Amino acid sequence: MHELSVVADLFTIIEEQARQAGATRVTRVRVLIGELSGVVPELFRTAFHSYKKGTIADKARLEVKITRVKFKCHGCGQEIKTGDISSPDFSYACPFCGSKEVELISGRDLYLEKLEIET
Amino acid sequence: MEKSKKEVLVLEDILGSNKKIASSIRKKLEDKGILAVNLLSSPGSGKTTLLERIGLRLKDHFKVGVIEGDIETERDAERIRKIGLPAWQITTHGACHLEAKMLARIFDQIPADLDFLFIENVGNLVCPASFDLGESLRFVLLSVPEGDDKPRKYPEAFITSQVFVITKSDLLPYLPFDAERVTAEALEINPKLEVFRTSALTGEGIDALCQYLEKKLQELRTQNA
Ligand SMILES: Nc1nc2c(ncn2[C@@H]2O[C@H](COP(=O)(O)OP(=O)(O)O)[C@@H](O)[C@H]2O)c(=O)[nH]1
Ligand SMILES: [Mg+2]
Ligand SMILES: [Zn+2]
Repeated sequence: MHELSVVADLFTIIEEQARQAGATRVTRVRVLIGELSGVVPELFRTAFHSYKKGTIADKARLEVKITRVKFKCHGCGQEIKTGDISSPDFSYACPFCGSKEVELISGRDLYLEKLEIET
Repeated sequence: MEKSKKEVLVLEDILGSNKKIASSIRKKLEDKGILAVNLLSSPGSGKTTLLERIGLRLKDHFKVGVIEGDIETERDAERIRKIGLPAWQITTHGACHLEAKMLARIFDQIPADLDFLFIENVGNLVCPASFDLGESLRFVLLSVPEGDDKPRKYPEAFITSQVFVITKSDLLPYLPFDAERVTAEALEINPKLEVFRTSALTGEGIDALCQYLEKKLQELRTQNA
């Protein structure tokens, strides 16, 4: 359960951004959570809503967009947008050429994408 | 006055602050020629025991130090000190992983003339994988009693590691653990993994692992030269 420490870092960024933009209040927060980031969206939501109390974002809505895992194949060079990584028939091999030399290029990211603020 | 709403595009990495601290730790360690290894596994997979074995093997020729990450207690650091190595305990008081800033706080205590710095992370195969500590190498350990179906269940730990150690290999004859299968599954997730099998009881694989570490230390220092 490391969602709380991720949310704490998120609020450091939110508060800094809000200050720079001269916000009086943050009303919406949109984050991108990679499927392989290790963060559980439900736990992240719970942590967000408990942490926000008393901050500039204390009434903010949270939007979560899950970013899918993407691989690059070193066999044929193609980018592979995968299906559900937790499904039992998910394959790490390249669906185009069968190569097992695939490298993860996205899906581990955790980003604050945008804020909606009141000034 | 009417309140006006507007959107601010941010696109900032939420773990950016951890990554920044980790990069600066990595730079300092590598400049000093210290090879730092971050060990990830579930509680009880044998991280501390492996470090005791490796430490005893390496300490005649190298300077070795160990950072112990635990939720509570100094127990693991005391085990390491007992074999004559310096150890620094970080207690996270509830946090299930180490973060770069926790290392930064004790960084001044780490002697500049170390060869190897091992960092035993908090026992947990999930959360520590998300936090770069500034290590040069990451090890993921899986012990035979845990079962051979784990790599796919914990892909992030396997994707972010360079070395996979199957520990407690002395138990292979007693348990339905298919070491070939688990190796193949791990390599499917991360084809670049180096795989070792070790046993603290029989000593299997300890020499091979130490030779690998010495080779990596040499590579780091050749890069620096
Ligand atoms: N059979 C066997 N037991 C081991 C081995 N390595 C560690 N153990 C035992 O596993 C338990 C947990 O080991 P420990 O090193 O404390 O695990 P950690 O929590 O990952 O640091 C202890 O009781 C060890 O004696 C091994 O190679 N073989
Ligand atoms: Mg331990
Ligand atoms: Zn391909």
